[in-house]
Amino acid sequence: MTTTTYRDAVRVAHREALQRDPRVFLMGEDVGRYGGSYACTKGLIEEFGPERIRDTPLSEVAFVGAGIGAALAGMRPIVEIMTVNFSMLALDQIVNNAATIRHMSGGQFSIPLVIRMATGAGRQVAAQHSHSLESWYAHVPGIRVVAPATLADARGMLWTALEDPDPVVIFEHAMLYSLEGDLPEGSGSVDIDRAAVLRPGRDVTLIAYSENLHKALAAAELLAQDRIEAEVIDLRTLRPLDDATIMTSVRKTRRAVVVDEGWRSGSLAAEIAARIMEQAFYDLDAPVGRVCSEEVPIPYPKHLEDAAIPQPHKIVATVKNLFGSHG
Amino acid sequence: MIDHASKVHLDRKHLLRLLREMLRIRRFEERCVELYSGGKIRGFLHLYIGEEANAVGAMQAIGPKDAVVTTYREHGHALARGISARALMAEMFGKMEGTSRGRGGSMHVFDAATRFYGGNAIVAGGMPLAVGIALAAKMRGERNITACFFGDGAVAEGAFHESLNLASLWKLPVLFICENNRYAMGTAIERAQAQIDLTKHAESYAIRAEAVDGMDVVAVEVATHRAADLVRETGEPYFLENRTYRFRAHSMYDPELYRSKAEVEEWKKRDPITLLEAWMRDSNLLHPEDMPKLEAEVAAEIDDAVAFAEAGQWEPVADLCKDVMTVRKVGVLEAAK
Repeated sequence: MTTTTYRDAVRVAHREALQRDPRVFLMGEDVGRYGGSYACTKGLIEEFGPERIRDTPLSEVAFVGAGIGAALAGMRPIVEIMTVNFSMLALDQIVNNAATIRHMSGGQFSIPLVIRMATGAGRQVAAQHSHSLESWYAHVPGIRVVAPATLADARGMLWTALEDPDPVVIFEHAMLYSLEGDLPEGSGSVDIDRAAVLRPGRDVTLIAYSENLHKALAAAELLAQDRIEAEVIDLRTLRPLDDATIMTSVRKTRRAVVVDEGWRSGSLAAEIAARIMEQAFYDLDAPVGRVCSEEVPIPYPKHLEDAAIPQPHKIVATVKNLFGSHG
Repeated sequence: MIDHASKVHLDRKHLLRLLREMLRIRRFEERCVELYSGGKIRGFLHLYIGEEANAVGAMQAIGPKDAVVTTYREHGHALARGISARALMAEMFGKMEGTSRGRGGSMHVFDAATRFYGGNAIVAGGMPLAVGIALAAKMRGERNITACFFGDGAVAEGAFHESLNLASLWKLPVLFICENNRYAMGTAIERAQAQIDLTKHAESYAIRAEAVDGMDVVAVEVATHRAADLVRETGEPYFLENRTYRFRAHSMYDPELYRSKAEVEEWKKRDPITLLEAWMRDSNLLHPEDMPKLEAEVAAEIDDAVAFAEAGQWEPVADLCKDVMTVRKVGVLEAAK
């Protein structure tokens, strides 16, 4: 075991990918000389050179589209978009090209492209750098969407994503980069198909992903003090959703709360709640609860930002409400 | 120094070939109009009629290993690239035997065998793809180039400017071919662009550019040979602005309220097929029996294509979601580790 950070795990994953496969290259804004806006790619340009670590102009449409084109032509590009908020500028390329071309071409062309981007609130960077728009991408057929929440996944998901013949979007919550922990030596690829049960429990299922997984785990600790044993699921893959893992847990605990930093309306949490209704309605002892962001552009002041997004105490309150309403 | 003009053999055989290719596109699309009225073709149908010299002239200079990226007005490019009239017509019908299994229709012709990367129906949306395809070629040390076709409407999009800048900055072998037909759907170029000399846009990104008479197939061929050779030799982009005109409406839904009949008639005097035909006749390169023979051969090819499309199969509804994602076993990558 070695102690490392999420940021280093992302960097090591890139190094290994670049060493392993000459078709792999990285491009994005300030990924090279600057070292990445979150320092995830520091040192890579010195090791692999500017041909494979390509600093781009601020041209999200062109460099994301160029990634799609290079993938079409047989390369294995990793495109870093500085944040999900800037990815809106490239949404046309992702939704209209990356997601459609395989099907629309009659299966003739694959797009083995990996797009990474930071997401989420918590750093007081206000309403144009803090939103969680994962659900927009998870809405679209033709792309796979993953959200590594752990060091092992930060290290391993990139590997698997690069082996995937289809476009994969990787969301890295900006608050996770400094997460510290132990990672086994030689950690490698991980599956990107299944959700994972990170804490077993019998009374309620907490379903979360990315940074909010850690808030759900913190909430589970608090609930345990009140003798409520929460099972915590890390979704890991946001599209396609692993219904089986969710339903197996919910059928056991008979209660579920979905934690999602996206806004409640039209959220991933809404989709998961609907699926639980469709597939496990008669196993439920209470309505599915949701802890989402308030319906507001994320504000700058710390107390308002904290109030706008999911927090462990909100999760605890929502869980207790499920029990309260049913004695 | 390569004598680019000498690459264009203005002999009877080659000129007949150019004439025939333009005629194929013209008659193919005229048949499409009939089939549209008959309900066999639906959705959008954007005709290339009037612009045939551009695809036919340009494709003479694009090699089999080169890549082609184009727009939703791409029937001409597809036929000139060597995609069969059969597969193209079946695609128009939405049949499984079509270029894209019938899933794309008129606007989304794709063909891996000829490196034909669409059929892109978002204006300028194909341009970043072309940049990426050329980037892949450069990184692998390949000598092929990417021909990127688009219209004057694309010049107003951010993707156009970002793509030109990136291709020039990174020195990528992209041949940008702007088919300026003077209208972005119904908006005349003067009403959309502050700078209507489109070569100046390219020059502002340090890309060499020239304007070409897009109604003269030989002029297009000569210019494209020169441009393609330069892109191949230097590995850097080049920009052609082919000044052309579409004789028909933007699509089948367009009542053409935005331009005068007189203007259309004026341009029709420079019909690329008539121009070449007249020039060949004046030069004694067209024999009296040539045109009837060409027309008969082209008509037979299109009849055959329509029959092929008619006989084609509809994709089973059971296959509706096939190819959205690549089929692979869940967890297979983990197991393979």
